[in-house]
Amino acid sequence: MYEGPVQDLIDELGRLPGIGPKSAQRIAFHLLGAEPADVTRLQEVLQRVKEGVTFCDICGNVSEQATCRICRDARRDAALVCVVEEPKDVLAVERTREYRGRYHVLGGALDPLSGVGPDQLRIRELLGRIGGQYGGAEVTEVIIATDPNTEGEATATYLVRMLRDFPGLTVTRLASGLPMGGDLEFADELTLGRALSGRRSV
Amino acid sequence: MHVRHLQVTDFRSWPTAELTFGRGPNVLVGANGQGKTNLVEAVGYLANLGSHRVSGDAPLVRHGASSAIVRATVVNEGRQLTLDVEITPGRTNRARVNRAPVKRPRDILGILRTVFFGPEDLSLVRGDPGERRRFLDELLASRSPRFAGVRADYDRVLRQRSALLKTAGGLRRGQRGRSDDAALGTLEVWDNHLARFGGQLLAGRLDLVAELSPLVTAAYHELAPGGVATVRYRDTAGPDGGARAGQGPSDPESLAEALLAELRRVRDQELDRGVCLVGPHRDELELTIGDLPARGYASHGESWSFALALRLAAYDLLRAEGSEPVLVLDDVFAELDQRRRSRLAAVAGRAEQVLVTAAVEEDVPAELTGGRFVVRDGTVRRGD
Repeated sequence: MYEGPVQDLIDELGRLPGIGPKSAQRIAFHLLGAEPADVTRLQEVLQRVKEGVTFCDICGNVSEQATCRICRDARRDAALVCVVEEPKDVLAVERTREYRGRYHVLGGALDPLSGVGPDQLRIRELLGRIGGQYGGAEVTEVIIATDPNTEGEATATYLVRMLRDFPGLTVTRLASGLPMGGDLEFADELTLGRALSGRRSV
Repeated sequence: MHVRHLQVTDFRSWPTAELTFGRGPNVLVGANGQGKTNLVEAVGYLANLGSHRVSGDAPLVRHGASSAIVRATVVNEGRQLTLDVEITPGRTNRARVNRAPVKRPRDILGILRTVFFGPEDLSLVRGDPGERRRFLDELLASRSPRFAGVRADYDRVLRQRSALLKTAGGLRRGQRGRSDDAALGTLEVWDNHLARFGGQLLAGRLDLVAELSPLVTAAYHELAPGGVATVRYRDTAGPDGGARAGQGPSDPESLAEALLAELRRVRDQELDRGVCLVGPHRDELELTIGDLPARGYASHGESWSFALALRLAAYDLLRAEGSEPVLVLDDVFAELDQRRRSRLAAVAGRAEQVLVTAAVEEDVPAELTGGRFVVRDGTVRRGD
């Protein structure tokens, strides 16, 4: 145990995801030895992230203004909506540079163990968005891109159930299977087993 | 397959030990507490990356040492492979095949296969249904690794659904509101997932039991002529809640349908009690001798023979699929009468390799002639 503020800092850093006690200690001592200007800059950024960043009124992604950059972009296809769990998933899909539609961030997945039900997710907003008009176009396709784990799959099933009442709406789910550029022999048996059972005719 | 060479360092009671096994029977004899079981446990560890005696790895490392090493040379259809595992509690174990490191320790699974029978297996007959379900699921996963994933998925969905039942049940007892409807709406989603994974797991288990059942009866008959042992899978999905006769491979889809129908039927009851009442996690592998259930009615010798018959049936099943697993009989003979001993010896004598431990030399039937090892005062000596 260190004294006073140093230990407080280690404790606070240790609460962050992906940072254990050793890393927390390392960061704390790095900050202790850093230039005061660097620490001040970090402090300002931390403050701004809580005060300056809001969530987009339409899609729920992190945003500096009332609507985010993607929802404001008129070149993007408003008829196509990709539903993801977290803002970081938006970034993941964006990195593909393949997708030209809009997003909808749920803010998590159905997880009764942590007390997350449909009311805690932005599902009502999604339904409203499909029913109404945003950016002058009607939504014609929803791509469900929740994580391929138990909670993500349950969320996907729930969404499919809620969305099937909309006439003329296409609902799709991301495919799951083998990673690109990998060798078949290195795929673990679960992924390969799922890829086998989900195979498609060509 | 058989284990030709075993070397352990700082494993359990052994600072170091080295043995060369032959094909056929290999008998380790020594007084209690000399470390016979520890040696066969090391063989079992290479096959399962886990011990049959403890769930954690810490007790496997010799007191005072930081890590243990188990190394074995396995001969499978003329091909010779050397497996190494370095066990370091609290850290990831490291494994090597022919001195070359593998990415993950579990990549060595399947190179050495064992069927392990030890005193702990009495709980297969006397213990809770969970013990028998685990026996089925482990055998299922060793035949088709996909089922390890199905089982893990099922458990996860089950935990989520149970949590939801508890909160939804609580809401229902309070007042009905909007969030109550939403909770019930998601319950159907969890029902679907539970039924889907449950149907797959159930189909796997039903097919397994259909194959296993005649083998168990035959193995028990061989050990104890006159006794008729039967195994029957009782599931919670049937329209009558009863077992199904195994005709052809089970269809996961129709089983999922049956589970779903059953879930709808007991929905109110589940909400009242806040427990998941339908699914493979409530099923039971029923063991009977004659007309009576083995659990509660069978004598000690009968229970022991039944547990042994289950393991031998698993052994036959794995053998029929290709390479023959190594049979390990840990402290088995002392619990059996003379007649059963010699019958077990006849069965075990047919195995490509069988590793036997016994405290008293006389307990081991004369039919099991082969390599003899005397374990005493921290040494293993070959003694023919």
